[in-house]
Amino acid sequence: MQIENKVTFPRLGNYHIPISTFVEKTLNAKVCVSPAITKRTIELGTKHSPDFVCVPFKYNIGNYIEALENGANILIQAGGGCRFGYYGEVQEEILKSLGYEFKFFNINDRKFKPLRYYELLKKINSKLTFRKFMYYFYLIYKQIFAIDKIEDYIRKNIGFEINKGDFENVEKRFLVELKKTEKIRDVNNIFTKYITLLKKIPINKPKNCLKVGIVGELYVLIEPFSNYFIEKEMASYGIEVQRYINISYLFFSRKHKKSRTLKLAKPYLQYDIGADGVDSVAHSKELAKKGFDGIIHIKPFGCMPEINCMPILQRLSQDYKIPILYFSFDSQTSETGVKTRLEAFYDMLSMRKNLNSPLAPL
Amino acid sequence: MKAKIRVGIPRGLLYYKHKVLWTNFIKELGADPIISPETNKEILNNGIKHSIDEGCLSSKIYMGHVDWLRNRVDYVFVPRVASYSKNDQTCVRLFALPDIVENTFYGIKLLKYNLDIQNGKTEKVEFLKLGLKLNKNIFTVISAYKKAKIRQLEYEKGQEARQIKLLENVGKLKILIASHSYNTYDKLIGFPVKHYLEKLNTEVIYADRVSKNNAIKASCKISKSLYWSHNQEILGAVELYKDKIDGIILLTTFPCGPDSLVNDLCIRKIKNIPIAYILIDELQGEAGMHTRLESFVDIISARKGVTRCR
Repeated sequence: MQIENKVTFPRLGNYHIPISTFVEKTLNAKVCVSPAITKRTIELGTKHSPDFVCVPFKYNIGNYIEALENGANILIQAGGGCRFGYYGEVQEEILKSLGYEFKFFNINDRKFKPLRYYELLKKINSKLTFRKFMYYFYLIYKQIFAIDKIEDYIRKNIGFEINKGDFENVEKRFLVELKKTEKIRDVNNIFTKYITLLKKIPINKPKNCLKVGIVGELYVLIEPFSNYFIEKEMASYGIEVQRYINISYLFFSRKHKKSRTLKLAKPYLQYDIGADGVDSVAHSKELAKKGFDGIIHIKPFGCMPEINCMPILQRLSQDYKIPILYFSFDSQTSETGVKTRLEAFYDMLSMRKNLNSPLAPL
Repeated sequence: MKAKIRVGIPRGLLYYKHKVLWTNFIKELGADPIISPETNKEILNNGIKHSIDEGCLSSKIYMGHVDWLRNRVDYVFVPRVASYSKNDQTCVRLFALPDIVENTFYGIKLLKYNLDIQNGKTEKVEFLKLGLKLNKNIFTVISAYKKAKIRQLEYEKGQEARQIKLLENVGKLKILIASHSYNTYDKLIGFPVKHYLEKLNTEVIYADRVSKNNAIKASCKISKSLYWSHNQEILGAVELYKDKIDGIILLTTFPCGPDSLVNDLCIRKIKNIPIAYILIDELQGEAGMHTRLESFVDIISARKGVTRCR
């Protein structure tokens, strides 16, 4: 008897929806989405990972183990500029030594090349035609785009909703419907339907509300569990949150803008400092110029590109007189610590905004 | 007579790898290379003061050296070495060295070159640009680069030949220090380890004194997708020497990014040689390390059936 193939991949925010659609349609394989991240996930991951590797590695290992327990047998890992590119090989070795049986596909590309993915997928599923591949590629592009647009709108307004929970309800319904879409037209329809629904939600947004930008490392920015739901926490204080980095930015617009981002980061940066470091600096500068009240910089402990950009952000903070709060997440960071620091940051920002207070900028 | 331009070279990170090339190149151009002293507690403390707490110990030491130099010289030499060939790269921390130094010590004057083959910045052109800042005569610059490069290659070959001789020496236990050269030769990180191993009457073998091309080829046997060139060399040395040595010491500074993954893989894949994994941070006391090294050497000698002479 042949064992049924079940594909899995590490979880990242809500993006498991487009990725699983893509895999299901192009490979004709079943997808076993790893269960939502819980305390158990990170405990499993920490137990089996090297000591001071960055925290996304630990989450990924936890995701894989939980999916393998549910019967997955094909694992996919991507790769990137910093340590991320080497994740695959070490993770494969760790999981094998734990006694699981699986196939591991490591798509380790420095550059984003859809055509190479086609060749790779063709090897697994010989029936795949190029037209079909392009169609579904465009479909998930639309899905990712829809998710990002909707999330961006929610991020900016959720802090000011009048009836608590309105935004979350709509988002949940949106994600459930998005999961079922199989055609580009469906995705477009759902997107327009929900964005109008979102815009109808009553909000009470003062004109000079606090605006905070959030920059930093991709994984902890996108996966809300790994940053202890920092965006929700900020929203509960009534802060408008701006975030640049999401998957559509990473895949579809960053490559074209690479030299532009570097130009934006001048005079602070002359060279590429690896992975998302340049983006962090460029976006912080943009936020500072736009007159945001503060910036929050988050990263996993030991993240090399983000450590690179920290001294530069410190200088930027001095030059533009903008407060920056640095968070560094590991598997053990307690939630209370994050909340306390965030609250203090919020208090400081609101005092600065109030011109009569001694902390106001001169 | 005009005074010579003084160029300070921090004794840290890639200095240990390219020191002959750098010092000779600067000397040939008629400038005066000044190398910061061996790392000591004061340099380390200044380095910690001027860097982000989460950076690795090696980079903190580097910042300490830059701090020592910056008021004593005209220029500080801080290159950016990002990749040596099309399909490898160095540690991401090295990508940003000039930017970090410039932003930490505001107004510091830097001399730098940007070696990044992946993005088409070759060593020759970058050295030419660098040389023209110190000497206006382009022919002097070209010949200086050539001379310095030849000396560097000679130096590397000499080191390798000496090490091969050591490996043939049968009498003593041979222990490989598998670590970045900036850790192995540093006075605070690698020197105590090496010193104590020699005291225990063992022969110390260095992972970086090995032919670079052979090492990179050999590293593919352990790990295929590895792309950090310095780690490739170390892993290659482990693979090349694995039949000739009795033990491996993986020496790492906390929290080194590449090493965190590569060392884990190394321990998982290499089975028949004893490996000691020593992690060093800024609070290191020497007693703990001595105990670990001593017991490690004891285990190896018991395995080999030799009693260690005290």
